[in-house]
Amino acid sequence: MNSRVNEKEANTLTSVNAPVFTCKDLAPKGNDRESKLCDTIEEAIKRSKLKNGMTISFHHAFRGGDKVLNKVMHVIAKMGFQDLTIASSSLATVHDELVEHIKNGVVTQIYTSGLRSKLGEAISHGLMKKPVQIHSHGGRVHLIKSGEIKIDVAFIGVPSIDKFGNASGSKGRSKCGSLGYAFIDAETAKYVIAISEEMVTYPNLPSSISQDQVDAIVLVDEVGDPSKIGEGATRLTTNPKELLIARRTANLIEHSGLFNEGFSIQTGTGGAALATTVFLGDKMKEKGIKADFGLGGITGTMVYLHEEGLIRKLLDVQSFDSFAAESLDRNPKHIEISANEYANFSSKGAAIKQLDVVVLSALEVDVDFNVNVITGSKGLLRGASGGHSDTAAEAKLAIIVCPLTRGRIPTITKRVNTIITPGCTVDAVVTDQGIAVHPRNVELKRKLKKAGLHLVKIEELYERAIALCGEPKPIEYLDRSVAVIRYRDGSVIDVVRQLKK
Amino acid sequence: MKLRRSMLFVPGSNTAMVCNAFIYKPDTVMFDLEDSVALSEKDSARLMVYHALGHWAYANIETAVRVNPLESPYGILDLEAVIRGGADIIRLPKTDTVEDVLVMEKEIERIEKACGRKEKIKLLAAIESAQGVVNAVSIASCSDRLMGIALGAEDYVRDLRTERTKEGSELTAARSQILLAARAAKINAFDSIFSDVKDKEGFIKEAEYIKGLGFDGKSLINPNQITLLHKVYAPSEDEIEWALEVIEAAKEAKTKGLGVVSLDGRMVDAPIIARAEWTLARAEASGLLGERA
Amino acid sequence: MNGVRQNAHAGTLESSDVFVQVFPHNHGVEIELNSDVEEIYGDAIHELTHKTLKRMKIDNVRLVIQDKGALDFVIKARLQTALLRAIGNESIDWSTL
Repeated sequence: MNSRVNEKEANTLTSVNAPVFTCKDLAPKGNDRESKLCDTIEEAIKRSKLKNGMTISFHHAFRGGDKVLNKVMHVIAKMGFQDLTIASSSLATVHDELVEHIKNGVVTQIYTSGLRSKLGEAISHGLMKKPVQIHSHGGRVHLIKSGEIKIDVAFIGVPSIDKFGNASGSKGRSKCGSLGYAFIDAETAKYVIAISEEMVTYPNLPSSISQDQVDAIVLVDEVGDPSKIGEGATRLTTNPKELLIARRTANLIEHSGLFNEGFSIQTGTGGAALATTVFLGDKMKEKGIKADFGLGGITGTMVYLHEEGLIRKLLDVQSFDSFAAESLDRNPKHIEISANEYANFSSKGAAIKQLDVVVLSALEVDVDFNVNVITGSKGLLRGASGGHSDTAAEAKLAIIVCPLTRGRIPTITKRVNTIITPGCTVDAVVTDQGIAVHPRNVELKRKLKKAGLHLVKIEELYERAIALCGEPKPIEYLDRSVAVIRYRDGSVIDVVRQLKK
Repeated sequence: MKLRRSMLFVPGSNTAMVCNAFIYKPDTVMFDLEDSVALSEKDSARLMVYHALGHWAYANIETAVRVNPLESPYGILDLEAVIRGGADIIRLPKTDTVEDVLVMEKEIERIEKACGRKEKIKLLAAIESAQGVVNAVSIASCSDRLMGIALGAEDYVRDLRTERTKEGSELTAARSQILLAARAAKINAFDSIFSDVKDKEGFIKEAEYIKGLGFDGKSLINPNQITLLHKVYAPSEDEIEWALEVIEAAKEAKTKGLGVVSLDGRMVDAPIIARAEWTLARAEASGLLGERA
Repeated sequence: MNGVRQNAHAGTLESSDVFVQVFPHNHGVEIELNSDVEEIYGDAIHELTHKTLKRMKIDNVRLVIQDKGALDFVIKARLQTALLRAIGNESIDWSTL
């Protein structure tokens, strides 16, 4: 074909020196429409051009039922990779296999929100040369957007997918609901490998992960274990202590001045926190108050209130049980949001900035209201930063709910082992043996006292806990840090040191 | 005025419950050494309760202990532990006759003297048989130490040769008799436990019924029942207003040195004032007085 | 030197409880402690055990203690029960408890 434009002329026509068109340059038409499909994980990894020293990522929407990370790491180890950084939004008790990979040098750096079980224990005892970077859910997005975490290859597990890469979390045997934590990976990774167990017909739209983000697709037998992802609806506690705390918390919220038409609420998934929602729901019915939205980690309890018409919309970054996952699929006002839209420090619009009340749990709270949700009484890593520090930082009212003691372990301490959430963002602590409001909340204290609530100083709670349990011996650490706690803006708020053994 | 709406049963062999009962603030904690404790664990439960009684966490809460019958090998040892331990009340199981109370009283006096306990321990007689119900009137007034009588429905119903129902008609005679006997002797009357901890509505229904009959309180087996019961016993705003007026009138009459208290042109005598005091005590305990306390 | 006559035990392995085993012994006091809260309260439990033995005037005994996070008064109660069972005496001197 004779070109209608000659080379010399073309060079003067565009600012980018666009070449002259020729049919020879066109790819053959529509032949290989399944080009993204790989037979094995190994094939996909080869295509990704993964090299030693690079960063790979995973999401934790499958929680304790995840099978993706272990499968992928098994292949990666077999292929002989070394010195990789893992940036998983969090790690669960099923990921203990990572200990071997770390010992063998496959993984040398970890970014995560949480560490548990044998992996957490091994790291506490000095398994890794480089300290683990612990971030919040919103904080992860910030670290990625600011360039500290540069994801080379993202492995995104999804319950079902079409051949072009459109995938959502709310349909399929291993449905997990919201894929909120995976959005940033899909958006920013250099190469995205989607791993699924079920192929559906194209186009699988609307979807959470888009065909435009996915480079390769691998089908495996299982991406998750439905019984461990979160079956049924998270059961409401019958534990009298938790119910007592929940009742008191609902009461506090009622008299806080924030319990008005159109308020918003988020709760963690601990027994007392969830039960608070139920008691609050009763009060909402009584007073004819409706919430404009519920946020977070959504459970069946929240869905129930939404379907009763008490909470108008649900903004879901993680669906904790299949009830919530199904609701996400079925209810148009139950909406999936990304971690960026949820809690990112540097987001243009993080939903937590519109949040009124958040109810959170704690492993420890100290007399300065600092909260620890990551290290236990023995000093071992066994928890997660999660959305704790994010929500406390922005919610108008951040309430920590916890029993005064857990068996012989005091929850209220003089100084927490590890700070995840600084006391300057915490507003009140509700225990089964007393309520303490942060001294800076003069107005809140006044309102609660007027309503007849009995408040005590947090020091009194501490003394009571010690009177019951006895003065604990301080945990002995070495100087070396095994984990760095990154506050949501990237700053270093605390370190976890290696345990002396 | 000591409120005794809720009496939480705590098996003395259950460590977790013994350690946590005080958290739920029942009006009375009832440690049990009798039917809920296995024979092989009687000594263990006894010492556990002995130490719990002396613990600061139980210092500000009324404590009662159900001891084993004196005829059993455990009864006397229980009394020794409980009286020395500092319990406020001893619950006598299966009180059938006045004699049962008097024999118990004698042992208690002996032990109080032996250990030098100044504050006389009180008695609560549990009526758990037809004979007990028939003798309730004389039992209720036979001792200064007796602060109340309680219905033990499980054993009583067995004695009657029938079964317990949610509806409770099999307990009508016993409830009436025990209540009348308690009022005639001017002591407390307590209703029996509601065993289905999952049935909230059933519990509330029964609690409302026995409160309506006039019972001062009820035995409970689960801390979750405490809030439900206290809500049933909480006075209404109208009742609170009325009670405040009565107390105010009584105060006024006292300052003026008047012998008779009157409110709205009507005479207000001692029983009415006592009822007003009970109402305000319940109101305060339920946090309903606010700044009027 | 006061010891115990026979083997005995008291308590349970339930959470917040402690299981105490007592064995006759000729060479003073020997304590084997296994506690859920070893790191923070191990020393305190040892101290409490020695104190309890002293009050009961027992100086020859072997104890195996499995603690599930019991509070002090529970440990004391279970210890004393096991020791009394091991001594085998019916009468109790309350001043030693």
